Amino acid sequence: MIFKGLAAAVSLCALPVPAFAMHISEGILPISWAFLWYAVALPFVAWGLRDLRRRSEETPWFKPLVSLVGAAVFLISCMPIPVPSTGTCSHPSGTGIAAILIGPGLTAVVTSIALTLQALFLAHGGITTLGANIVSMGVAGAWVGWGVFTAARRLGLPWFAAAFLAGMLSDWATYTTTSLELAAALHGDVSFTTMFSLILLAFVPTQLPLGILEGFLCAGALKFIRSRRPELLRTIPAGGAV
Amino acid sequence: MKQWIPILILAGILLSGPMPTSGRAASWPGVDETVIEKFAEKAGRPAWKPFIDTDQGDLILFVFLLAGAVGGFAAGYWFRVLFPPRRKDV
Repeated sequence: MIFKGLAAAVSLCALPVPAFAMHISEGILPISWAFLWYAVALPFVAWGLRDLRRRSEETPWFKPLVSLVGAAVFLISCMPIPVPSTGTCSHPSGTGIAAILIGPGLTAVVTSIALTLQALFLAHGGITTLGANIVSMGVAGAWVGWGVFTAARRLGLPWFAAAFLAGMLSDWATYTTTSLELAAALHGDVSFTTMFSLILLAFVPTQLPLGILEGFLCAGALKFIRSRRPELLRTIPAGGAV
Repeated sequence: MKQWIPILILAGILLSGPMPTSGRAASWPGVDETVIEKFAEKAGRPAWKPFIDTDQGDLILFVFLLAGAVGGFAAGYWFRVLFPPRRKDV
């Protein structure tokens, strides 16, 4: 019982956590942009919290699933992966598989908790840039992942292909949004489009292979759940993997 | 064998391409450093030090290890709750 309580407490603190890779560091965004991205992120997080309450009442194993997904996202985001072709490191975000399993709203919630812990204790991201980082990873990444998976299934794609596309495109969407946020705030005399293109292109050599990796991770995780406990996928909206 | 195909493809992607050997060892910086902070500095907005600066010496290793241990414990616990061992695995 004590063990169970400790594990629950630990996961409540550490789970709602996913990653860093696209983290905009502390102080980079002007304060007006920092507030704007907070304002954009907050409704998504609030909606996710409401979603948690509603779905937990309907499905008894939903909170454990959210906890597991949160922990997984946190671990994935704490694992920089070296990309030999560029000599740099980055990591998958895990928001694609998270959005498929628990929905984009709750992915925003677990992402926001993860990013907050990383900003406070792991020297990654920042409190002033937290809103922007939530929007790129927990909102853009999650919604793209969920949207691509749902659309691909409705179009009749096999679930493995749909999950692969969702994982890959959610990763790329995260970095595209980060590029947009940076370009909007920092373009100065240079045109927004030029700045956006330059930043996005700088991400490409590292994130292109890592996006593909994230696609395989997403599809592999779904394959495992589908074979071991397919009932967990019942909450996936129309076109789900089951 | 079939299940190894994605892993082999993945390894090929990650290990393909030239290693950066231009006279120095790769330092493996993160993209937040090579892309985000680089563009921010050019625009005159260098990153601040974190409010709680754990990026000092081996302290960052400690906090990452702690984060990994806590996250791993939580993930393992909930994994076992959701995916109990099959009877034949016990």
